[in-house]
Amino acid sequence: MSDSDLESFRAETRAWLEANCPPEMREPVRDEDDIYWGGRNATFKNDAQKAWFEAARDKGYTVPAWPKEYGGAGLSPAQAKVLREEMSAIGARPPLSSFGIWMLGPALLHFGTEGQKQRFLNEIARGEIRWCQGYSEPGSGSDLVSLQTFGEDKGDHWVVNGQKVWTSYADKADWIFCLVRTDKDDKYRGITFMLYDMASEGVSTKPILLISGNSPFCETFFDDVTVPKSYGEDVPAYVGEINRGWDVAKYLLGHEREMISGADGGDRTSAIGAALARANGEIDPVLRAELAQFDVDALAYAAMGEKFLDEIKVGKAHPAQPNMMKYAGTELNKRRHELMMAAGGSHALEWDSEETSGGKPSRNWLRTKANSIEGGTSEVMLNVISKRILELPGA
Amino acid sequence: MPLYYDDDQTMLADTAGQFMAEEGSIKNQLRHWRDRECKDGFGHALWKQFAEMGFTGMLVDEDDGGLGMGQVEANIVLEEIGRNLTPSPFLSSSVLAATALKHGSNDVKGRWLPGLLAGDKVYGVAIDEGRKHRPERIACKAEKSGNGFKLTGKKDFVVYGASSEMIVVAARTSGDDSDRDGLTLFAVPQDTAGMSHDSVRLVDSSMASHVTFDGVELDGDAVIGEVDNGREVLDAMLMAGRVGSAAEGVGVARGAMDMTVDYLKQRKQFGRVIGEFQALQHRAAHLYSEVEIARAVTVKAAQLLDAGSEKADLMASVAKAKVAKVAGLAVREGVQMHGGIGMTDEYDIGLYMKRDRALQEFLGDQYYHAGRVAEMSGY
Repeated sequence: MSDSDLESFRAETRAWLEANCPPEMREPVRDEDDIYWGGRNATFKNDAQKAWFEAARDKGYTVPAWPKEYGGAGLSPAQAKVLREEMSAIGARPPLSSFGIWMLGPALLHFGTEGQKQRFLNEIARGEIRWCQGYSEPGSGSDLVSLQTFGEDKGDHWVVNGQKVWTSYADKADWIFCLVRTDKDDKYRGITFMLYDMASEGVSTKPILLISGNSPFCETFFDDVTVPKSYGEDVPAYVGEINRGWDVAKYLLGHEREMISGADGGDRTSAIGAALARANGEIDPVLRAELAQFDVDALAYAAMGEKFLDEIKVGKAHPAQPNMMKYAGTELNKRRHELMMAAGGSHALEWDSEETSGGKPSRNWLRTKANSIEGGTSEVMLNVISKRILELPGA
Repeated sequence: MPLYYDDDQTMLADTAGQFMAEEGSIKNQLRHWRDRECKDGFGHALWKQFAEMGFTGMLVDEDDGGLGMGQVEANIVLEEIGRNLTPSPFLSSSVLAATALKHGSNDVKGRWLPGLLAGDKVYGVAIDEGRKHRPERIACKAEKSGNGFKLTGKKDFVVYGASSEMIVVAARTSGDDSDRDGLTLFAVPQDTAGMSHDSVRLVDSSMASHVTFDGVELDGDAVIGEVDNGREVLDAMLMAGRVGSAAEGVGVARGAMDMTVDYLKQRKQFGRVIGEFQALQHRAAHLYSEVEIARAVTVKAAQLLDAGSEKADLMASVAKAKVAKVAGLAVREGVQMHGGIGMTDEYDIGLYMKRDRALQEFLGDQYYHAGRVAEMSGY
């Protein structure tokens, strides 16, 4: 696409956003229900959220870069970037958020059968089914491949028993994509990437109360859950091949790490210093120095995020580079919230006051501590960098 | 513009990389001249080769006989210079002085550019007064005298000053020491009466001068740009020089890191290579991550500078500060992970530490630039 075509696409996009993105949907996300996740039991917070979601869905803009036949808009990477830029310019919220978009979708686009793509991708794009991800188990965190949830082969179906943990929003999800052991003798080639309904008999969930006071994660239990091997012609209940689910999982972990690293080109620089200067006038010189050092690191990381996305587009990025982005991005975000707490002083300590929108500063600060644990700990990221990029020897 | 090199830039990186690794290597240049206690601190023959490669005039406009390239390209050469610790006047002559000369009259350009393009001449820049970089305050005075000026004052950290045929001097022609306006830049020839050099060897074996101007008489045609409006030219020089020294710092960091990671794969203790130890692996991986980020922000700053973006000044300081932090980490980790031999002169890792130390101070250290970032961010 030529530059002038891209510029006319930009003009069209701008006009479309102007006409379809209501002003309320251009405000920063403040509460959990400002995010629309879709699903069988979804409700809209208000008319604006509904209008924005429906307009985006009909245009294919819930998943703009996916092919049109799967519910997307078939945008090229350059067009998708233009859309992102134009949305970011007006502060437009994502019309639909979901693990289907971020995680399962990319896996299906890469490994799925045509039948799976037709069914599941369209459901995701239209916000009809809300997915959750069943990876970690109580005994399998960083060492994920040791997972024990077992699917016993019964010919045309499996019977699944076991427990997952840290399943995000499992209590609100309709379906799960789940790593299940189907061969106990082969650690790596004994896992199947299964897809099944959370309404199946034998599935139960229990929210985990976190230090932030919120419960975004669940324990998920499978007690003799029947999972059929197929949902119809060309729609197997697993992604990739049976016993080769680890390949899919590894591929997806790369995606998850990219996502958590915040490599979305968003401006993560602090503005903490400027806000503090406005609120308090004088800033403690030692805090000011810390803030300045943080801003240097944050602005530099933003450039890295941009470079990383540019390189991914043309296949120039090292395949293990998402690990580095995840490591640096999450460590930076934790530092950011430490400094926001320091800048906020006693105000930031308030746990449920109206003025802090129900303890936003402290709850968010505590939430960030999970950044460097979920999706692979910082320590695991460093292991991967040292092995796959620096090619250092050893386990 | 994507933040990776296009085909031409990739080719330049290959060419410059190969050239510095061979002709500009530590053995052939840095150690060679250092061990002979060379008064220049670099090789004139290499400078001539730089000219043949087109490097000396990279930033000079095509109309003036140069290659008309940008900061991104100059940075490519500088990164290779950093990686190989190649001593050369490239940063002061071809980046800083060349940026100043862009603003000069045709007479000024005609007088100084041919020598630079041919690699026959070396130019320095005299900005700092005192031990720390503080270009907001310039006290060195140039008073009107007849048709010209009389220059009085002291300058420090004039890199390769004693070898420079001409020095670009930032001096005050009106106002007080800390005024923004009232500066003028002068191209001062080496043999001008009343100018004296106290040339000293620095920790990295480069040479720098304390320069004293004792009523130095200058013609009006020594002025670069406009009288009293030198701040704009000085800012342009500083941006180019800061982004350029960030690029050299990235090269130093990468050179030190690569050498260290190689060493981790060779050195055996307790019956295995030390690179197997997780205590070292994690530190090496953290360093890698930081070096990648430093490199990205340096490319970004160079692109912004070439595009004339108003964010270039901010990002120049971000790049300079980030690279200083990261290159410092790279050389410290490098020496530590080399263990005892890291302390010996025989191994090159210590040379990276020394070069880094000098680069840290050049055109403002990480604290100065982090402070600028805070100021520009409104606190």
